[in-house]
Amino acid sequence: MDALPAVNEHRGGTPDLAAFMDQVRRDVPAHCILTGADQTRAYECDGLPLYRELPRLVFLPENEAQVVAVLKACRDHRVPVVPRGAGTGLSGGAMPHAEGAVVSLAKLNRILRLDPRRCTAVVGPGVRNLAISEAAAAYGLYYAPDPSSQIACSIGGNVAENAGGVHCLKYGQTVHNVLRVRVVTIDGEIVELGSEAPDAPGLNLLQAFIGSEGMLGLATEVTVRLIPRPRSARVVMASFPSVELAGEAVTRIIADGIIPAGLELMDRRAVNMVEPFVHADYDLDAEAILLCESDGTPEEVAEEIVRVEALMREVGATRLQVSASEEERLKFWAGRKNAFPAAGRISPDFYCMDGTIPRRHLGAVLGEIADMERQFGMRCSNVFHAGDGNLHPLILYDANRPGEVERAEAFGAAILELCIRMGGTITGEHGVGIEKINQMCAQFTREELDAFSAVKRAFDPHGLLNPLKVIPTLARCAEHGKMHVHRGEMPFPDLPRF
Amino acid sequence: MDATLSNFSEQVARARATGRPLVVRGGGTRLFYGSPLPPEDSFDWLDMSGYSGVVHYEPTELVLTARAGTPLAEIETLLASRGQMLAFEPPRFGPADTFGGCVATGLSGPRRMASGPLSDFVLGCRLLNADGKVLHFGGEVMKNVAGYDVSRLLAGSLGALGPLLEISIKVAPRPRCEATCMLDLDEQSALAACLDWRAKPIPVSATAWMTDPNGAGGRLSVRLSGNESAVRDGMSAIGGERLAEADAGAFWRNLRDQTHDAFRARPLWRVTLPAGAPPLAQGTLLDEWGGSLRWLDGATDAAALRARVRAMGGFACLYRRDGIPDEVPTFDPLAPALLEIHQRLKREFDPDAIFNRGRTYPEF
Repeated sequence: MDALPAVNEHRGGTPDLAAFMDQVRRDVPAHCILTGADQTRAYECDGLPLYRELPRLVFLPENEAQVVAVLKACRDHRVPVVPRGAGTGLSGGAMPHAEGAVVSLAKLNRILRLDPRRCTAVVGPGVRNLAISEAAAAYGLYYAPDPSSQIACSIGGNVAENAGGVHCLKYGQTVHNVLRVRVVTIDGEIVELGSEAPDAPGLNLLQAFIGSEGMLGLATEVTVRLIPRPRSARVVMASFPSVELAGEAVTRIIADGIIPAGLELMDRRAVNMVEPFVHADYDLDAEAILLCESDGTPEEVAEEIVRVEALMREVGATRLQVSASEEERLKFWAGRKNAFPAAGRISPDFYCMDGTIPRRHLGAVLGEIADMERQFGMRCSNVFHAGDGNLHPLILYDANRPGEVERAEAFGAAILELCIRMGGTITGEHGVGIEKINQMCAQFTREELDAFSAVKRAFDPHGLLNPLKVIPTLARCAEHGKMHVHRGEMPFPDLPRF
Repeated sequence: MDATLSNFSEQVARARATGRPLVVRGGGTRLFYGSPLPPEDSFDWLDMSGYSGVVHYEPTELVLTARAGTPLAEIETLLASRGQMLAFEPPRFGPADTFGGCVATGLSGPRRMASGPLSDFVLGCRLLNADGKVLHFGGEVMKNVAGYDVSRLLAGSLGALGPLLEISIKVAPRPRCEATCMLDLDEQSALAACLDWRAKPIPVSATAWMTDPNGAGGRLSVRLSGNESAVRDGMSAIGGERLAEADAGAFWRNLRDQTHDAFRARPLWRVTLPAGAPPLAQGTLLDEWGGSLRWLDGATDAAALRARVRAMGGFACLYRRDGIPDEVPTFDPLAPALLEIHQRLKREFDPDAIFNRGRTYPEF
């Protein structure tokens, strides 16, 4: 496979847009096509405004037949196409291509079928994540993955990014909760990946498609699994004198055979950042706060909470508080869920990172990030999906000050490379997009990147779907000066591993 | 490179040079599964059983990494020593079972209805590619979206894209408590009951419905797993007669390992259906997974069975084909556009088609 060129660079010069538009207009009504800069400006970036590009065209198809027509025309005229959901992505995955079109699936926003007996919902890709749970609530069911942006983000975008949330450890990410995706390929063919019946024959293309960042096809229908809402849920909020001890508490909880519904850690800086914003009564003197949620039957929850509290106390928690009501549970969570808006209040700009590390290295990683704060002259607060090792450092900066954007990006890149060195990954749930494409050169060998290109070619032989994202070219890796560094031996060979 | 890996690479290079394909094997216990093997003198074995050993186990991070040839029993014993397990409860076909074979075939056991399939637990892997190079995808962390999810693509791939060398898998704590109830119900009532429990917070971790040997309507066995109070609440919601612990253990082990009498039928069909599908009324021996997995006896008219199952939204796999000619495909045919993607993937990963040619579909 390494003999072939990477397909991820769109080749072939500027497409003939006039002929392309003639073809598209046969099937797509004028009100679904945006052309002028005044109309397309809103599509120049997603939730990561550091990366912008004005698209030539934006399509807003209203049905699957129009999606097919647009993609066939793109294929026939070699027009690059960038799919877009709600535009809340955090890695620039929906940044347009300068010579291409954006296809927004926002209008495919109907819940097509909700089957409370089989516990499934079939929804259009433009349906908002939270809207699924809202529709299912009447039946005592919900859709488990809950990214913080769930009031706005769409299920199509969740599929593209394999979105997670704060309940992943127990209930999984998007990849664990989607049963079937109906996909339009760049050739305008419709394929069904997965099924409501278990173990669809053939290769596991469904799970390879989930998290493929709009580079393999466009989803026009998604079947999700709904689960019964637990009868009760309560949160323990604990203060610790160090992040290491909070991490140790997590280790003890999991060693005891408990899989909490949620397990979130905030460092002192994050706690002090959000408290004035949410008034959750957080302990401002704690070095770390751990939120641990139990759900199930009331009795089950009560038993688990007792065990969790005992384990936290043993490790050295200085203050423990258990939510006494649903209102209080939501208050405890409010700070964690509002970490990003709170950052926006105390700093003109912030940059959210998304590395994952083996949890046992948490103390070392936060220590190194603290050193980097001094090195880059910027503050960084940390929120951490402690159960699954997913770290979200928030770098605070001011884009109006010369050089700060570049410095924030360099700081972020240094954090990601630290995650790789620790045996982790550059992205846990936000995706690579355009943002982390240089770090892909550090995490993967050329042959591994070629294998990604091979998957890409199998779905999109012309390299037209979301080009230039995720898979860096050889030239890009050479220019970035990154050679793959960590393969062949374990990082930190002196660390005990059992 | 490790000497065993160098040997594998040499074998791959030789296969490509001579055009003589390879069939990957671990302990050989799962070779019955998939399309029939080519004639014995037409291929060479790529034997992974010597590439063995647990590389890393971190109980408190719920992850284990082991080489493909590691005996499955060794892994499960190690996990049990720390109160953990493989949540998808893979079948064991014998002491020669390997971890690689388990992941490459992708078969899950009774607990799949609660835990999700094997592929849900795959976190990372190393693949030997057609150039004899070792590629690493995913890793040992729960959340990882860097690049496409090639590790999960390889789970259950029957070696079609190349041999797995090493797999990292998410492990789970053993439930604190388990109990099995038995209810006398005919198939239709049993399926309706299972569907009813599905939408409720009852911790059902396995179900099995079978015809009653005494000729009555049938018997549904239900396993509940969780903490003590959740299991107790579940039992009172479900009712029926509780099976003694030792008998329950043996019963679910027999189903997991497919040593129960229901698995003796030949040919044996493995049919999967969406939740809530009605009885097939056609040689059903055993329903698992709340009715989403059905084991069928005897149906020799494969085309008729497949058409019927497809109309219900499911799939029919000719699981044990003894007596059925090789021309009858093992798996349901793929739609043309989907088959084309499969063929392109095969050409990209294995341009000379040396790995497990035809083991999934004759076309690749």
